[in-house]
Amino acid sequence: MTTGPTDPSWARARLHVVTGKGGTGKTTVASAIALALASAHAHVLLTEVEGRQGISQTFDVPPLGTDETRIVRLPGGGEVVGLAIEPKAALLEYLQLFYKLGRAGKLLEKFGAIDFATTIAPGVRDVLLIGKIYEANRRRRDGKHKGDAPPVYDGIVLDAPPTGRIGRFLSVNSEVADLARVGPIASQAGSITRLLESEQTVVHLVTLLEEMPVQETLEAIADLRAKGLHPGAIIVNMVREPLLDDTALEQARAGRLHKPSIRTQLGEAGVKATPELVDGLLEEARDHAQRIDLEREQLALLEATGLPIAQLPALPGGVDSGSVRELADLLVPLFVHRAGAPTGTEQAHA
Amino acid sequence: MSPGPVSTKAPLLNIDALIDDPATQIVVCCGSGGVGKTTTAAALGLRAAESGRKVVVLTIDPARRLAQSLGLTELDNTPRPVTDIDTAAGGSLHAMMLDMKRTFDEVVIAHSEPGKAEQILANPFYQAVSSSFAGTQEYMAMEKLGQLKASAGTEDAPWDLIVVDTPPSRSALDFLDAPNRLGSFLDGRFIRLLTAPAKAGGRAGLKVFGVGVQIVTSTMTKILGGQMLSDVQTFVNALDTMFGGFRERADETYRLLSEDGTAFLVVAAPERDALREASYFVDRLEADGMPLAGLVVNRIGRVSATGVTPSRALAAAESLEESGGPKSASNAAGLLRLHASLVRTAERQRELADRFSRSHPGIPVAHVPALGRDVHDLDGLREIGHALAGS
Repeated sequence: MTTGPTDPSWARARLHVVTGKGGTGKTTVASAIALALASAHAHVLLTEVEGRQGISQTFDVPPLGTDETRIVRLPGGGEVVGLAIEPKAALLEYLQLFYKLGRAGKLLEKFGAIDFATTIAPGVRDVLLIGKIYEANRRRRDGKHKGDAPPVYDGIVLDAPPTGRIGRFLSVNSEVADLARVGPIASQAGSITRLLESEQTVVHLVTLLEEMPVQETLEAIADLRAKGLHPGAIIVNMVREPLLDDTALEQARAGRLHKPSIRTQLGEAGVKATPELVDGLLEEARDHAQRIDLEREQLALLEATGLPIAQLPALPGGVDSGSVRELADLLVPLFVHRAGAPTGTEQAHA
Repeated sequence: MSPGPVSTKAPLLNIDALIDDPATQIVVCCGSGGVGKTTTAAALGLRAAESGRKVVVLTIDPARRLAQSLGLTELDNTPRPVTDIDTAAGGSLHAMMLDMKRTFDEVVIAHSEPGKAEQILANPFYQAVSSSFAGTQEYMAMEKLGQLKASAGTEDAPWDLIVVDTPPSRSALDFLDAPNRLGSFLDGRFIRLLTAPAKAGGRAGLKVFGVGVQIVTSTMTKILGGQMLSDVQTFVNALDTMFGGFRERADETYRLLSEDGTAFLVVAAPERDALREASYFVDRLEADGMPLAGLVVNRIGRVSATGVTPSRALAAAESLEESGGPKSASNAAGLLRLHASLVRTAERQRELADRFSRSHPGIPVAHVPALGRDVHDLDGLREIGHALAGS
């Protein structure tokens, strides 16, 4: 189920940032997007930055470490590689890369300087997390970060911080550039900001059709736009189909479903139609009708943003690696634009 | 011993006994993001006020409608009386939203000389820490709680019960950990290293730490830039003379939370992740000897009809659909399918809640049914308070 523009401006995106209010299924959707991209023979990196091990739980694989680990290989050659980015490891790797630090790295750790940089120094933590993604995005198959070799990854999906913090998380580089005016962090901050503000980066928002998540989604979209970032798609998660048609919903809402005939039908089907059952069913129908009304109002608010919207069904048995693949299939039309050409491949190989 | 079914009957959480007990002075609502902590805190505060307590509710980041339902129109960091509540039992209700930057600024202003305060407030490192450091909100929530407690019982602050909502953090544990992290950092080795030169009068101070220091500071200067480090030095020196150690202050607020008179309510949604967070949190409270009142499981699916199992309902729905009967047949089938899915959802949620209770036997639990709409008036909060109390 997809509505909205069919050829979104983010068709060339390489970095898919996925955010959402807590409890909306952000990690599940990020995983499904990675699988959808990989289904077109792409090599996709799926990353998380909050130390929750959500990816390993979703795919039912051992906890991810700081090495890139293949978690899914699809027929046809596509694959998803998982990575849990951890700020301390990212900083040490970074110091090694720029300074070839041996003993000094340990000293920094001993004096609490690493803790300082990764937990207290404002924004540095987020810069390190995004910096690692920036590095992976530029890495070529020959191990270099420039040149003509094709990139290692055709797409990167980031299971990002929740909607309340996403704007700040993605704009932290400009903030840090103000504080740390020199040094590699400052100079890298500039390149990262350019990547995040380019059309290579889109931010997808996961929501439920409930008031608070929708409100936060709308606020996040406004915030992202104001910061020069590109909102991508809205993914409405855990959608339940109405179990009654519109006429019946209308009657249920008004309490006008015809009780005697319902009672008769229940009897025909061999169900003992006690008053508790019939009255209870009608009450449930009224709750259901009100819930559907609310969902439709919320969907209309999301549609007014003009962004493409994909709807994913509620999974009755909860999330597992099989059901994530089902969700991925539903996302393919939105994320894969031509057979064999995942979003971003063309540009990446150009 | 066979792994047969275990009794999972968790004791019921008696909310009214908790809030009616005058010995209860602080209730902290905690849990992971998106589980309805703020709404629970507000509902609890209202119920306590209408049963005669003098209550102040400290909210962190309320949804706009919830704030409006309490009559809060702006984030002004000051408790405001909530009007339109039932005061027949002699209670009162104040509510406020935490403004973490303003709280931090007030601490600075209250504890330093005017000239120095301005210098701190203008420091770029201070500005960043006070508005965006990941632990600042938690720290300032504790700071504000300390202030509300200290002023309790005065004319402008009539409250005898403080209900606290906690910041919407990634992990429920952040609320307990962040203040200490900020405190121990500001008191830690690296900061002493940074501030040593200034205290000991120049570079002589560095000798205390030996040879490694040069490498550390020069590397940090290379990475972060000298300006940032010197901003940090100024900031930390200023704070240090100001309150004699952040650590002490963090410890003090932490102590307040483990005293008699404080009760933690862990809030969760009936979902795997939220209940797992709740588990971590409960274990942590026990390990730290913090008083846990119980678990609130929010938004349990509502089932109204009785007398038919989900599988029976689905079979009947199928036979009605196959019969090709009148419109009422397909309506009845829809009702049966709806009922089956509601029961299945409720069963799954109950199983998740039971799993929590099996691994944490004896912890009282309250179940709150899902409401059709978000709360946007006092009646909505009353309804939740009612459900919390199990009535």
